[in-house]
This record gives sequence, structure tokens and C-alpha cells, in this order.
Amino acid sequence: AEVEETLKRIQAHKGVIATMVINAEGIPIRTTLDNSTTVQYAGLLHQLTMKARSTVRDIDPQNDLTFLRIRSKKHEIMVAPDKEYLLIVIQNPCE
Amino acid sequence: ELKEEFTRILTANNPHAPQNIVRYSFKERAYKPISYIDQMAIHFSLNGNMILRDSDEGRRQSMRLSIASEKALVETSAVISEEAEIKDEESTEDTQAAGEEEAEGVGAAEVAEGAEAEEPPPPRVKEQKLANQFNFIERASRTLDNPLRERACQSEPTPCKNFSATANQWEIYDAYVEELQKMEKSKEKEKPKAQTAKKEEKKKGRKLTSLESQSDDITNISKAAKIMERMVNQNTFDDIAQDFKYFEDASDEYRDQRGTLLPLWKFQYDKTKRLAVTAISWNPKYKDLFAVGYGSYDFMKQSQGMLLLYTMKNPSFPEYVFSSESGIMCLDIHNDHPNLVAVGFYDGNVAVYNLKKATSQPSYKSGAKSGKHTDPVWQVKWQKDDMDNNLNFFSVSSDGRIVSWTLVKNELVHTDVIKLSAEGTTTQGPEGLQLQTLGCGTSFDFHKKIDYLFLVGTEEGKIYKCSKCYSSQFLDVFEAHHMAVDSVSWNPYHLKVFISCSSDWTVKIWDHTVKTPMFIYDLNSAVGDVAWSPYSSTVFAAVTTDGKAHVFDLSINKYEALCTQIVVAKKKNKITHIQFNPVYPVVIIGDERGHVTCLKLSPNLRKMPKVRTTEALNHSGSLYACSLSPLLCAVRLAKLLS
Repeated sequence: AEVEETLKRIQAHKGVIATMVINAEGIPIRTTLDNSTTVQYAGLLHQLTMKARSTVRDIDPQNDLTFLRIRSKKHEIMVAPDKEYLLIVIQNPCE
Repeated sequence: ELKEEFTRILTANNPHAPQNIVRYSFKERAYKPISYIDQMAIHFSLNGNMILRDSDEGRRQSMRLSIASEKALVETSAVISEEAEIKDEESTEDTQAAGEEEAEGVGAAEVAEGAEAEEPPPPRVKEQKLANQFNFIERASRTLDNPLRERACQSEPTPCKNFSATANQWEIYDAYVEELQKMEKSKEKEKPKAQTAKKEEKKKGRKLTSLESQSDDITNISKAAKIMERMVNQNTFDDIAQDFKYFEDASDEYRDQRGTLLPLWKFQYDKTKRLAVTAISWNPKYKDLFAVGYGSYDFMKQSQGMLLLYTMKNPSFPEYVFSSESGIMCLDIHNDHPNLVAVGFYDGNVAVYNLKKATSQPSYKSGAKSGKHTDPVWQVKWQKDDMDNNLNFFSVSSDGRIVSWTLVKNELVHTDVIKLSAEGTTTQGPEGLQLQTLGCGTSFDFHKKIDYLFLVGTEEGKIYKCSKCYSSQFLDVFEAHHMAVDSVSWNPYHLKVFISCSSDWTVKIWDHTVKTPMFIYDLNSAVGDVAWSPYSSTVFAAVTTDGKAHVFDLSINKYEALCTQIVVAKKKNKITHIQFNPVYPVVIIGDERGHVTCLKLSPNLRKMPKVRTTEALNHSGSLYACSLSPLLCAVRLAKLLS
């Protein structure tokens, strides 16, 4: 569908290392990495997203988390939370 | 009857015991039966006359006995035996056994005392007799232990369930919001049946979608995927995004009023590589969204057309894609309904696309029966809603008709507004008919304030000033250009000024009350498009087919462009259209290869007219117009003098 195309485009974009889709329980549904790394990313980022969302909503319950970006020395991890899913993209921003 | 057996049951109950004793209870003031009746039957009771030997009386008696024992030794032994015989005759075992024991004990004690008495007479001193330790018997008995048996009973345990939850600020908020929604739903249910029928349909629709979403895993993530794509793009085009937001060309100070255009993003799509950009328009509501129409200007090479909507947030892929059989020549987005895009085709049809609907087909389309144009439609423009609150738009075409299309229910209804009859060109047709050759309209523009007034540019180079009210006559004619007028545009602030450009290499600025142009600019190449800037009444930009973009500011320099810049490679590509963004200092330029380039205006090109504080309370339009009017006056004076 359209979503599939969008995900393909994201994966094909310059600098993108990996794309992952995680469901609400932290179980990966789609991934372009190997299993063990995916599971590791899934577990850790799921917890972090929960914590971030909880923080945002505690401050103002009408607010909600839309996007989470972690920039590290080597690459950038972007997390887009949805109601039931979590979309994670690891990109190497060209500098 | 004699053989009948009578059974006799031996019970432990006392047959002589009364069975229903009733006692008066003072508490309840009634006779109450006693629940338990004593079943004990005493068969024999004997009051014994034994005294403890060591007690006072016992010692006294033993003294007396010791004195009298010598005399009546034989008598006492006879008495004892008689007593023992009497006791033997009794029936109860217990007392018999006890009696025997007592008799024996007494007998033993008596015998002992007798033996002692036969000895030489003891001194009659009240001395304690020593107890016979060797002859002392202690006897004990114990009742039977009832064997214990354990009996237990267990009821079914109540079912237990583990429940855990966190109480956060936002969990509480969510719960309240749910409650609110439930209350609203129940309120809706109370409304009359006619409405509930509709809502049931809606609910069915909702149920269907929820079922679909459960089965199809991935589609739910579309929103997140979209945001992610934009973020990924932002990362890749990070420097461009930073330039767009923050970069101001500092070298403009040294350039002596001249400015530059900084290229930012380039938008392109695979399927439009062979098509030319024929129309661009910014969306009035979402300032970063713009629509691009693709088609072909070449008469021989006509192919399909496309309508793409891009956003500056995602330069690598369009947001919306629509394709059509015929090339698109023009488009316009409705001001109040930014999801409706009116489009004119090369084959003379018009269509309206609705962006909110998922289909790639237009919502409304004209056809041969519904009065489509016989020549390409060069421009469409939305109008204000008519008296029936129907949406309507105008279209102009080379067949010389200006047609108003109204969206009525599911159809497009057309009404001819004006036929551009070229003056003095009535020809004699067959059978002596007077044929009116029609001029070919190539562009038009409606006045911002005066609703009925509009301008039409034609292929012959004339500009007609028309009114919606008069369908056969023009208000005025301007002999504008020598070749086709490619674009006309009213000044957004100054109510009398308009600009026109043409393939005869010129751009002319007019005052609609004056027949001759105010300003004429020769740009050395056919001018494809011209546009006023939204922030100043004196700034406008023009693009020519040699790949250059020219930006003029009349308040700074009346004769020359402030910026002349090559945007695309000269020989291979021609620029076709230019549009200013209403909010941001960018322009988008479309070319013949299907590319759209976004350029940022340098500060020199963006100078706002000076605003006098005393007039700050007036309408802002007139403020900006003030900057242009002195120029016009100066030009008129100059002409009068010459």
C-alpha cells in the first residue's frame, strides 16, 4: 500500500542505515536489521519512548509525544510513536 | 401373629427419665422446654463413712481403736466381713469394685492395727503411727481415649485476578476524556430516529474500519511514517533547511541595491521528467504546500498530464499525485476550501480535484456534452460562492469563450460569460452569414476589490477590461503587446495598477484608467510569467525563456532589475512559471523539464515600503499602495511634459 511505499522510500533515502516497525508490546514486526540487534533496539527504545511519553503527559495531559530524536556521535536514531506502533529509523546524517 | 418378632432396642437412654421437661423462663416470660434432659440413672448410692487417717478426727479415732482393738479384735473382723458380704450383693460393678477395694484397704489397715495391738501394749502416747511403706498400693485408672479422626471441609476459593495500573496525571485525564465521549454518544442517541439512522450507518462504517485495521497491520503507521520521512529528509537536506530559515546574504550591503536569489530545494518526480511545468500555485491555507501542474506547451507532443502537490518539508516526494489523460495547462486552489483544486486541460476540459478524497480521479469533470472548451484552457480562477452558495470558477480558453462553471451537486454546470469577439473582424461566411471571429484568450485576472471587474489577455496582444455583468461588450481595450499576452495580474495593493507580460519580450505596467502603459521593460527574451510580490506593491518578478529570473523593485530602481539571475541551464531548459510564497521569502520557479526550484530572496529584494506611523491605523493595503502612487504620478507628469 501507500505506507509500504513510504517505508521503502525512507529505507532507500541517503544515509538511512535501518528501519524498524515495533508493535505496542515491544515486539518487532518489520525490520531491515538482523534479529538480535533488532530485539535489542526494540526493547530499549520502547522503554525510552514510554518514559518520554509519560514525562510529556505528566506535565500537560492534553499534550502527547509526536517524535523522539537521539543524536549520537555515530548516527541519529529517530523514533516516531503511534497509537499502536513504533517506527524507528537509524540515519547517518551526512556531514 | 405369634411368630411376629418384636424387636427390643437397647439404648443408652434412661427409660425412666422424663422426655419433655418444661421450665418457666422469666426472661422470655414463657414456658420453655429444656433442651437437654439428664439421662443419668443412679442405681445405688452409698454414703461412705471413711475419714482421712492423718486428719485430726482420724487420729483420734485411730487412738480409740488401738485401745479397743485388743478387746474387740474378733468382733471388728466379723463386722468387716459382714460389710463386705453386703457390698457383694449389690449390682453396680463400680461401687462393688470400689467397695471391695475399700474393704480390703480397711481390712488391711485393721489387720495391721490388730497385729500391732497383739504386740506388747504400746505406750499410750499419742504418737504418730508410721505408715506402712511396703504395703502401700497406689492404684490409678483411666478412661478410654476416644480415637480422634480429622474431618475437614473446604469451599471453592473465590476466583482471584491480578490487576495493576499506574495512576498518572494523564491516565486520569484520559479517563475523563473517555467519559466525556461516552456522555456525548449517549446524548446523541437521545435525538430523534431520523438522525440515529444516519449515526448507525456511521457506526457501521467505524466498525468496518476498526475490523480492517485489526487485520491489516501496517496501515496504521501511515501517520508516523509520514513524519519520519519528513524528518529523514530534514536530516539529509539539513543545510538547505537551515539556509531557508536563517541565512541572510550579508553581501547585499555591498551590492549597491542589487539582490540575489539563493537556490534552495529542487523538486522533481520520476514520472514528470518529460513534462513541462505549466502551472504553479501556493496553497492559501498551508503555506508550505504548493501545487504544480504538468503538461506540454508543444502542439505536436501532447501526452498525459499530472498534478502534484509538494511540501517544502519533504523535497524528495510529492504529497499528492494525480494523473490525467490530457496535459494540464492551469490550476487554481480555492481560498476557502484549500482541498479543492480547479484544473484546466489542453483538450479544453476542466476538472475539480478534491484532495481530501483518496481517489486519483477528479471529483467533477466537464465533458463534450457539458460545454467544454474547444481549445486549451489557459487559465482558471475560483470565484466567491454564488447566491446559492455553490462553488464556481471561471475559465478562459483560446476558443474565445470565458465560461463560468458552477459545482451543482455532482455536476459542473457551465454558463458562457463573454465571448471575446475581436473587433472589426466580422467575416462573410457561406450563405451570407456574418461570422464573428473570436479572439483567443490566454490569461485573465480578477480584481481583488471590485468583484465584477476583470482583465483578459489575448493571443493578439490585446487586453480587454471586462465586467461580469456585460456579456457582449468590453469596458475597455488596451493595445498591449505585439504577441500573445502570457499573463496579466492586478497589483495586490494598488487598486488601479496591473502588469502584463508577453512573448514579445516585454513586461508592461499599466494603470487601468490610462490607455498607455506606465512602465515598459524589455527583457531580451520571451517572458513566460510575471508575478507581483505579496509583501510590497513595488516588487515584481518575471521569468524569461532564456532561463533567467528578473526581480524588479520600482521604489528603488525604475529602469533596471535588481536581480537578474540564471536559474536553469540556458540552452536545454526554459522557465515557464514563477510564484511568490505568501509568507516566506521564497519563490518557486517551474521549468520545461518538470523541475521546480525553490529560491530564497536576498534581503535587498525584500525591502518593505516605509510605513508612516500616523497612517498606521489605516488598512495595510492602502499603506503599501502609497509607495507606488508617487511613482505613477511622477511617470504621468513626465509623459505630460514630454
